[in-house]
Amino acid sequence: MPTLIRKIWDRHVVTERPDGMCLLYIDRHLVHEVTSPQAFEALRLAGRKVRRPLSLLAVPDHNVPTTADRLERIEDPDSRKQIETLRENAREAGITLFDMDDIRQGIVHVTGPETGLILPGATAVCGDSHTSTLGAFGAVAFGIGTSEVEHALATQTLWQKRPREMRITVPGAMGFCVSAKDVILSIIATIGAGGGTGYAIEYAGEAVRRMSMEERMTVCNMTIEGGGRFGIVAPDETTFSYLSGRPAAPAAAQWESAVADWRTLYSDAGATFDREESIDASGIVPQVTWGTSPEDALPVTGVVPEPGERKDPGVRRRMERALRYMDLLPGTRLTDIPVDKVFIGSCTNARIEDLRLAANVARGRKVADGVTAMVVPGSGLVKRQAEAEGLDRIFLEAGFQWRLPGCSMCLGMNPDRLRPGERCASTSNRNYEGRQGPGGRTHLMSPMMAAAAAVTGKITDVREVLAG
Amino acid sequence: MIEKFSTLRAVAVPLDRDSVDTDAILPARFLKTIKRTGLGKNLFHAWRYDEGGKEVPDFPFNMPPYRGGKILVTGENFGCGSSREHAVWALMDYGVRVVIAPSFGDIFANNGLKNGLLPVRLPSNAVRTLIDRLQGSPGSMITVDLPAQTVTGPDSAVHPFDIGSFPKECLLKGQDEIALTLQHEDDISWYERDRKNKTPWLFLDL
Repeated sequence: MPTLIRKIWDRHVVTERPDGMCLLYIDRHLVHEVTSPQAFEALRLAGRKVRRPLSLLAVPDHNVPTTADRLERIEDPDSRKQIETLRENAREAGITLFDMDDIRQGIVHVTGPETGLILPGATAVCGDSHTSTLGAFGAVAFGIGTSEVEHALATQTLWQKRPREMRITVPGAMGFCVSAKDVILSIIATIGAGGGTGYAIEYAGEAVRRMSMEERMTVCNMTIEGGGRFGIVAPDETTFSYLSGRPAAPAAAQWESAVADWRTLYSDAGATFDREESIDASGIVPQVTWGTSPEDALPVTGVVPEPGERKDPGVRRRMERALRYMDLLPGTRLTDIPVDKVFIGSCTNARIEDLRLAANVARGRKVADGVTAMVVPGSGLVKRQAEAEGLDRIFLEAGFQWRLPGCSMCLGMNPDRLRPGERCASTSNRNYEGRQGPGGRTHLMSPMMAAAAAVTGKITDVREVLAG
Repeated sequence: MIEKFSTLRAVAVPLDRDSVDTDAILPARFLKTIKRTGLGKNLFHAWRYDEGGKEVPDFPFNMPPYRGGKILVTGENFGCGSSREHAVWALMDYGVRVVIAPSFGDIFANNGLKNGLLPVRLPSNAVRTLIDRLQGSPGSMITVDLPAQTVTGPDSAVHPFDIGSFPKECLLKGQDEIALTLQHEDDISWYERDRKNKTPWLFLDL
């Protein structure tokens, strides 16, 4: 009675060593400009070739500016060099590249699924920790370092230990203004930032079954923020209808056989997990982080916590440090915290549904004085779709900036970043010290919550904005 | 490529913090390189230097007794977050070859093994004792013995640690892992032929 992960894993074992290390076959490999150049260079130096170039997709995302002039010039010579290197490596190896002028360019974890490249039952890797996103399709997908990128390029395989398995069941229905982001932030707050270390996590239960593919991707995306490398959701009709007709998905008779196979991909009724957790969706309210770890999520109705109330001295020290960095005092109501910037984007929350939800809050309202708010679609296709629906007009009329696709202000690597001391309401995935720029302060939240913060100028319970 | 590792006796640096993420080890703006070298100067940049670029005197790596230490002893969940192997390259470029912690981010630990930076998991209380001893007498040495799988603290207390037999062998030999895998070329080709029949949709060319 195998689990979903076990079923997929077993199909991909090329050979297994006596110590349990499996040589795992990799079906799909996505590459971006930051973590791949050293891998391609090492291959060249060793005289090795990319084994299956047509199984790969290359796309620049981390370094790309999100302003309209990016095709004319990229100011930063190092960023330019990385993007050019990706281009050259892709051409030399015969790998498909979605370049900056391609409508399909975008954040790798947005663009990969959009093409239909990530299928149920597949294995997929990328030199990026948020590869866990792709597990939303019922794929075993995980982030790797550059040495493993090189290994996968050369051999189409990786040596991997079987992960321990955790199932997180989310029964119940999500309430008014509660999104997938709030679900995953609550999960991380519950299990802790290291709680999933060593585990592959399957998400199950009524709330997950009701989620769209976009929502499932948001949940799986932040699995790594709980320490888990893989997040996965069993494929179902929602998955199949998302994939149907996508360019890289099977078609015609092959589609029928594929779907028949995919219907067998679920954890059997008697399957056992190394750990089980359950978090009721109906008890979750909109979340926001106060500190410098994604586990520092609280209901927006809460207050900044008091470290003195925690017994563990290590936890207390971390909280005190986080409060100093964030310049917050215990007992402050979260809704009394003002923001300078608002960022709606990233591989967590830059898909079409995220933009629709944020636009619904922005419609007919204005970005508060003194606040700079930007919306960065996850890909050119998301941008085009949003524009077809008029979402760009809603954002622009409300005073948001409407940008070109890329990782943008998620990680302080391209021109979009916080200045020291600036405070940001962000739909991204990490609130670490300096993540969005040196000295920048990040509060993680959903797209609806971020849009609400933009129009009020402070952290706000979006339920009150929409109800009022 | 894996840099060989067997035994190391060196000054150990205590960094008494939990969940040190890879953005803290090496901020993203220093990832804009196509090389693996030269990253050590920006290791722990935000903690090591102030806004004017001057060294922060009480950050352990800047304190004279710890300067140039090759062993880092730190809190749980070290290396969580981003998969950037640059974090490992930065530590190694500085000279660090061993990190001792109660737990690690999975990808970081794996990246360490692929380069020859040994992640050693010890129980929380053992790590606590080591950090206290190192802070009590700055500049003390620790010995890490990979063949014996032991850490010997400044007080001569011996702590055994676990490591898989495969990564251990690779570290001891400085193994080229890709060359090892390519010995399975027949298995890989056989697998591809078999799966192309069973699940052809996974082999569609992009």
